[in-house]
Amino acid sequence: MNIRGKAYVAGIAEHPVRKATDLSIMQIVSDLVTWALDDAGLEPEMVDGFFCDSEMPGLGVLSAAEYLGLNNLVHMDNTDPGGSAYPMHVSHAAQAIATGKCKVAVAVLAGRPRAAGKGADPVPDFGIPELAFEHPYSSMVLNQYAMVAMRHMHEFGLTSEQLAWVKVAASHHAQHNEHAMLRDLVTVEDVVNSPMISDPLHRLDCCVVSDGGGAVVVVAPEIAKSLKRPPVVVRGAGEAVKHLDGGRADLTYSAARKSGQIAFEEAGVTPADIKYASIYDSFTITVVQQLEDLGFCEPGKGGAFVADGNLIAGVGKLPVNTDGGGLCSNHPNNRGGMTKVLEAVRQLRGEAHPKVQVPNCDLAVAQAMGGWLGSRHASGTLILERE
Amino acid sequence: MTTELPTLPNPEITPSVAHFWEAAAEGKLDIRHCRSCGELHHYPRSFCPFCYSGDLDWQTMSGKGTIYSFSVMRRAPVPFAIAYVSLEEGPTILSHIVGIDLDDIAIGQKVQVAFADTQDNGPKVPVFEAAS
Repeated sequence: MNIRGKAYVAGIAEHPVRKATDLSIMQIVSDLVTWALDDAGLEPEMVDGFFCDSEMPGLGVLSAAEYLGLNNLVHMDNTDPGGSAYPMHVSHAAQAIATGKCKVAVAVLAGRPRAAGKGADPVPDFGIPELAFEHPYSSMVLNQYAMVAMRHMHEFGLTSEQLAWVKVAASHHAQHNEHAMLRDLVTVEDVVNSPMISDPLHRLDCCVVSDGGGAVVVVAPEIAKSLKRPPVVVRGAGEAVKHLDGGRADLTYSAARKSGQIAFEEAGVTPADIKYASIYDSFTITVVQQLEDLGFCEPGKGGAFVADGNLIAGVGKLPVNTDGGGLCSNHPNNRGGMTKVLEAVRQLRGEAHPKVQVPNCDLAVAQAMGGWLGSRHASGTLILERE
Repeated sequence: MTTELPTLPNPEITPSVAHFWEAAAEGKLDIRHCRSCGELHHYPRSFCPFCYSGDLDWQTMSGKGTIYSFSVMRRAPVPFAIAYVSLEEGPTILSHIVGIDLDDIAIGQKVQVAFADTQDNGPKVPVFEAAS
């Protein structure tokens, strides 16, 4: 049994806000759910499945259901391995639909860390078993990802200039996105000359901190066929976890190796078939690592793969993050996985900005990473197809 | 730029693995060892994550290791070098590199354990300096 062809993405929404000074999280949630249902052409009464992360205020699904006036929920899911949650929510929605547990599922992400002045690092809580052995060393998101980049450079010869090309590609795409936080074109020199934050990651190797969020509506095939929007079908999905394994750390690959293998196998396609890729870009190294692990290039060759504009739509072989990604457009609530799904759907519908739309885009991957690439993290891979 | 020994944040001690800091106070790096499967693991648990045995003791390491990866946090008020150090005996542990010029730290460098103070007279924690 698999989920291939069992569910469709019928509606999407991305909040245009990037600093939500005057918006509450629940206002962002209701905006998103309203817009995503409008996009699908569905009514709130039809929603019977609800998916969100653990940062939904109050009692999570319960608080959201009450605020949104959803009275017909019969399936709910709070799966939350950080930024990787959202491709998983689509996958779990497809699983629930395939097994008859629900027919119209809504997944939503919302947050306002920028307006609240909140960083990406979790607040110390000494119930966390590893913390006493990591907190004294100021282990944080930045230096965890930086240590992966440093090892990659040592092991495979990755360069700062190659990493910079990931940001350059994002800026080429973001110039066409009116909602992107950073719309100025940048060069490789701009990136490598920006201030060093945590060796070898420069300021411009890091994503933005933004408010907002996104929502996606996943429906059963019989409902999808009654709707007017271009049908985008779930073709395959995978998820996986990787951690330090009791001290057997290996920073040369990520959980995306396993999640990608599962997803491509379920979809019955290979990376060579993919026309567009959304690849989580919390940092430039995150993209290089995931492209290798998904099999878009050989292990260790990610630096060469991303260089010379290879990720730029209309220029390179694999257009990546044509909305400008987390590096330039949006990284709502420090969680990048939702926007990865949204831009993949836009590409498959032919609704990306004309300057970055991939011609005949019929197969796309939405790939996201949650947690810390240098220690415990999860990977969610979703393969979507235009029918 | 050389590394000062900054006063590190204070770890909260869990009773089941308190021995780790008691040993550190005596200048020893003790790592959890499974008497059932023979494996070492870190961070320490109250059971073996490899074979699920609860029959554990502690082994004192030589303190010698190699830098597996590192990053100098340049943005911090006092820049510091976080690192994964692979111990001679096997496990790789998170720590700091101290006493080496921040621009001279390299993957593969041989290091040895030292012990640093933590805030509010907290327990000493292992850090690593250049091997003599």
